[in-house]
Amino acid sequence: MSAQPHALIATFDKTPDLMRAAALVRDAGYKNWDCITPFPVHGLDTAMGVERSRVPRISLAGGITGFCAGMAMIWFLNGHDYKLIVGGKPFFSPLFAFPVSYELTILFTAFATIIGMFVLNKLPMHYHPVLKYDQIHRGLDDRFFIVIENRDPKFDPAATRALLATAGGAHITELEE
Amino acid sequence: MSADSTTATYDDAPPLRDSARAHAAHAHTGAHPASPHPRPAILDEVNPAPLPRATLIAHGCSFNWITEKICGIIEGKTPTWWWVSFLVAAFVASWTVMGLIYLVSTGVGVWGHANPVNWAWDIVNFVFWIGIGHAGTLISAILCLLRQKWRTSINRAAEAMTIFAVVCAAIFPAFHVGRVWFAWFLFPVPNSNDIWQNFRSPLEWDVFAVSTYGTVSVLFWYVGLVPDLAILRDRFFNAGKKIRSWLYGLFAMGWRGSNRHWSNYEMAYVILAGVSTPLVLSVHTIVSFDFAVSLLPGWHTTIFPPYFVAGAIFSGFGMVLTLMLPLRALFKLEDLITQYHIDCMCKITLATGTIVGYAYAMEFFIAWYGANPYEGFAFINRAFGPYAWAYWIMISCNVITPQLFWFKKIRRNTALVWMLSIFVNVGMWFERFVIIVTSLARDFLPSSWGYYSPSVVEIFTFFGTFGVFSVLFLLFIRFLPIMPMAELKAVASQAGTHAKH
Repeated sequence: MSAQPHALIATFDKTPDLMRAAALVRDAGYKNWDCITPFPVHGLDTAMGVERSRVPRISLAGGITGFCAGMAMIWFLNGHDYKLIVGGKPFFSPLFAFPVSYELTILFTAFATIIGMFVLNKLPMHYHPVLKYDQIHRGLDDRFFIVIENRDPKFDPAATRALLATAGGAHITELEE
Repeated sequence: MSADSTTATYDDAPPLRDSARAHAAHAHTGAHPASPHPRPAILDEVNPAPLPRATLIAHGCSFNWITEKICGIIEGKTPTWWWVSFLVAAFVASWTVMGLIYLVSTGVGVWGHANPVNWAWDIVNFVFWIGIGHAGTLISAILCLLRQKWRTSINRAAEAMTIFAVVCAAIFPAFHVGRVWFAWFLFPVPNSNDIWQNFRSPLEWDVFAVSTYGTVSVLFWYVGLVPDLAILRDRFFNAGKKIRSWLYGLFAMGWRGSNRHWSNYEMAYVILAGVSTPLVLSVHTIVSFDFAVSLLPGWHTTIFPPYFVAGAIFSGFGMVLTLMLPLRALFKLEDLITQYHIDCMCKITLATGTIVGYAYAMEFFIAWYGANPYEGFAFINRAFGPYAWAYWIMISCNVITPQLFWFKKIRRNTALVWMLSIFVNVGMWFERFVIIVTSLARDFLPSSWGYYSPSVVEIFTFFGTFGVFSVLFLLFIRFLPIMPMAELKAVASQAGTHAKH
């Protein structure tokens, strides 16, 4: 078998063209493909068949951890390890522990959200074939790309190229690994 | 393929988020032939007034224009005014550095604190700077949740303002502990005394609130920067500047604009906005607990949390205007920060300024209605006592100044808006001064009454923080994109997913 390109990349000028093409590629049954856009295009997730992001689950786990960590820390420090007598107040009460636990909930949620987002996106990934495309800077500027990778079971250099051409893609280029 | 069959394929696809809305619009105009709903007869008699949405990016600028404009600021030659401002700012910042060196080498007595006023400029400055930061988070978080799209032009710079304001704020509590090398005692780190922090104290809550606020603000800012850093990475690479490309690329995390990434990214961004909203409201609430939980007349009031939050947003928007209007003029950003943006900022300043004015009135009302003679004395003393000059500066700057923003003529006079925004900053500094100093200077025991004046060290330390802030802000506008390019493009008119019919 001759060396296959890593992927085929096609260029689109306007968001409506991209949306139409994305729906076509999705309906053709491709799985390992992507759109490269300079900004989040609303509705493109549906057109691509991308599922709802799983980031919120990670955030929720982070938030619960943060709240419990705050409560447990304050109970341990002021109510258990060193019982500090201040103004006849109880050694531990969830009421005075609340503000700090609240802040820690937010802190842990923020870290979980960001780390979760990067992990789900498999970032940092400083080397990626798409980034070797000589026009990639346009994809972060004012052009839209569709990339179909060769690891997709339906990938066939000729047929995939034809599909992208039918969808209205210009400058269909092979990307090297 | 003919245009018709393309449209057919598109319409056969499952409905997109926006297409439902588009169908509704078609039903109104009756332009869509295949509309499933019959058009109600009453609609023929209705003549709706056109209410066009404000254009957020003037003159229909293209995506590429936005990229070139924002990146051009970083890639271009350093302007002369930048170097001049930077040197002046660095000189002013040196006052803070020298003031702090003198403080640490001599002792905290070089500040003007003396019984009965043991909290004064240090805490005033701390609350002032933290308050400044709040507008940045309001713009990036609350306005994001409320889908106020005009925020995109100003949110990056406002978030930078937040972070630098928190840096300036943190200087004061850290140094007023006296022995700054023990400032880490604020955090629950095991120490040789084997005693833990007292978590029943609002001062300890404040440590967590402010450090969480600083951290989350940096994280939020960084997440917003990632796609823009990727643009700079590729542009510097193409321009042959490999070192700068590598540096921007390092922080861009290999971002490549993948829509599967955008999907997670947008979700993360909304969640960050969602958690930053309760965060920003809680930070000044907890700062106000430092006062409200004490038993001093004038401090011990339940109105403090909402009043402090409104005041913080008020002062923060004052500072946003102070910073953005010169930036707009210097970098010719009139197409991105339009008159509509200035109007919006002025109106928020007006709204929060009015809330602050209401709070001042309500404090007086409660002091009288509460029938507590000490509370009553504290407020009469504020307005007519030894610090009456500070009180009336506060009233004129915070209550009267924002009311001018009712007038379109004033909002359209950029130079005047800029001057009024300075008044807002001054007024809010005096608000904290009035609250903190007047209550302490006339405490319970008339024999210990005093009058607080700042020492020269304090004055230079405080004014130096404007230099610290400016140095950081100037570095920001030189090296980082001052506006979020991806977000600007998303609100541009050509970003819509529907071709013009």
